[in-house]
Amino acid sequence: MVAPGSPIVEGSSLRVVEVTKSFSSPDNSESRTHALGGVSLSVAAGELVSLVGPSGCGKSTLLRLIAGLDSPDSGELWVGSEAIAAPSAERGLVFQDPNLFPWLTVRRNIEAGLVARGVLREKRHEVESFMRLVGLESFASAYPHHLSGGMAQRVALARALINHPKVLLLDEPLGALDAFTRMRMQDEVLRLWEARGTTMLLVTHDIDEAIYMSDRIVLMTSRPGRIERTITVDLPRPRQRNSTDFLRLRGEILELLHFAGSTIREAVPA
Amino acid sequence: MNTAAVQAKQPVSMPMTAESASAEIAVSRFGSSVLCLRKLLSLPLATLMALVVHFVVSKNEPPVDTRSYTVFLVAVLALSVTAVFVQPFAAPLRRWIAHMWPILAVFVSLLCVWEVITSGLRLLPLPYFPSPAGVLQSLINDRKVLFDSTWHSLLLLGSGYALGVAIALVTGICIGWFRHARYWGMPLLKVIGPIPATAWVPLAMVISPSKAYSAVGLIALAVWFPVTMLTISGIANTRASYLDVARTLGARETYLIFRVAIPAALPNIFIGLFMGLGTSFLTLIVAETVGVESGLGWYVSWAQGWAEYGKVYAALVIMAVFFSTIMTLLFKVRDRMLVWQKGVIKW
Repeated sequence: MVAPGSPIVEGSSLRVVEVTKSFSSPDNSESRTHALGGVSLSVAAGELVSLVGPSGCGKSTLLRLIAGLDSPDSGELWVGSEAIAAPSAERGLVFQDPNLFPWLTVRRNIEAGLVARGVLREKRHEVESFMRLVGLESFASAYPHHLSGGMAQRVALARALINHPKVLLLDEPLGALDAFTRMRMQDEVLRLWEARGTTMLLVTHDIDEAIYMSDRIVLMTSRPGRIERTITVDLPRPRQRNSTDFLRLRGEILELLHFAGSTIREAVPA
Repeated sequence: MNTAAVQAKQPVSMPMTAESASAEIAVSRFGSSVLCLRKLLSLPLATLMALVVHFVVSKNEPPVDTRSYTVFLVAVLALSVTAVFVQPFAAPLRRWIAHMWPILAVFVSLLCVWEVITSGLRLLPLPYFPSPAGVLQSLINDRKVLFDSTWHSLLLLGSGYALGVAIALVTGICIGWFRHARYWGMPLLKVIGPIPATAWVPLAMVISPSKAYSAVGLIALAVWFPVTMLTISGIANTRASYLDVARTLGARETYLIFRVAIPAALPNIFIGLFMGLGTSFLTLIVAETVGVESGLGWYVSWAQGWAEYGKVYAALVIMAVFFSTIMTLLFKVRDRMLVWQKGVIKW
């Protein structure tokens, strides 16, 4: 197996075709909430794509469908040439809450994927390198309740990456972190992505984060969730958060989402 | 910020320093963790008082009945005085003294009050209320039978509890995890479970080959219900996101049950284990009183039959030590297994 750090494309392409998904509301089984209304999306192998949109637009639902945790009402989901039917170690998922197993130490949390697949004996040597990769060697025997939010999220990343997933699904993984930790973690995720070539799908609320990190930004609208527009971010990497091109793109996206500020001024009676 | 903290502290510590000034000066060279004089002398003084009261009160009693209590009090006094002189050189002993001596001093004082009420003023009718000296004497005279009874109780309790917990974990995990097991198991559990185990005594006596077996079965039944209930709730309430994460890590169902659901349910399971332990004590004593002819429960009713109330109290003392030791052991096991919860659990 390839040691982490060597540049190689581990990712595989992802194809979502006309997927719909609705949920029955808890208090009334007759009425259904349409979370996704015909979403199609293609992601190339090794690409980093962000999903941006208001809450309730079905970003997380789409991620759960790709992970295989839920199944769609209609439509098809493909990873490489395989249809997605059930969860698999090939598609890692990291939530906003790190969801570390509190009864396991940092090391055992990172090992969990190897234990779950029954390959701990052959792959044990990789655990060290993954702990180094996320800079947590000295916390190996700490329990999750001792970790800060940023550290816990790094463990969650290492835990998802140890299975060498072909696709990494990130559901607002940095959403709960403070601004500084968040920017540092963005660089760390980018470093991992560049080193390993994993296909990444990132759900985020943060437009700066989306521009800073992704190859393409997918804007979604809510009820039912649809893809409104796809924006290709063709800024050279490594990106500068304060470059003119970065700020211009940011302005355009805000304009598209009607958050540039003009509407608020208009709404105030003179 | 530093000065503010010092200023805030001063008024609080002032009264204490004034009260035990001499003690502070005497031992201050041994570091900050000195004991105040009040704590240090609490146990020796209480024991001394109890000893003096004992000598005054027991003048009219036959010396055979009171000698062992005298020896006991003298031993406590000697040990506590020795501890007073050793403690400046042993930090663990100092911590233990600071924590335990006020409690022990009150305990010895209560023994003293008990002796005054019984032997001294004869306020309570004999033979129902013997003096502490009498109880201690019964404890020593009957030590062989008491030891034997405790051993039998331990065997019965241990086998019943182990059997009950083993069955309860299997049923609890199955009902908590599998939908079909839940559908068929829950109604049975809801109907059978709340019946107190002791209500099955008549049936148990009829269907089991020996009284010991029936007692084991009753204790197991008493343990089974709370442990099953709490295991079910723990397993069924496993956070869905833990299971989701495990699935995306490539976990199969065995991993989900044994490595996610069960560890997540452990805090609940331990609550069940404690509740089960309480009901198992109760069932043990009832079973021994009505059927099994050995053990502490049997001993109590046997001693009562001979109106030897000193022995009854002696058995109660043994039970207190016996049951609280088992409880403490379970707490130790809990603290070890739930070390990952440290700082979260408060009981």
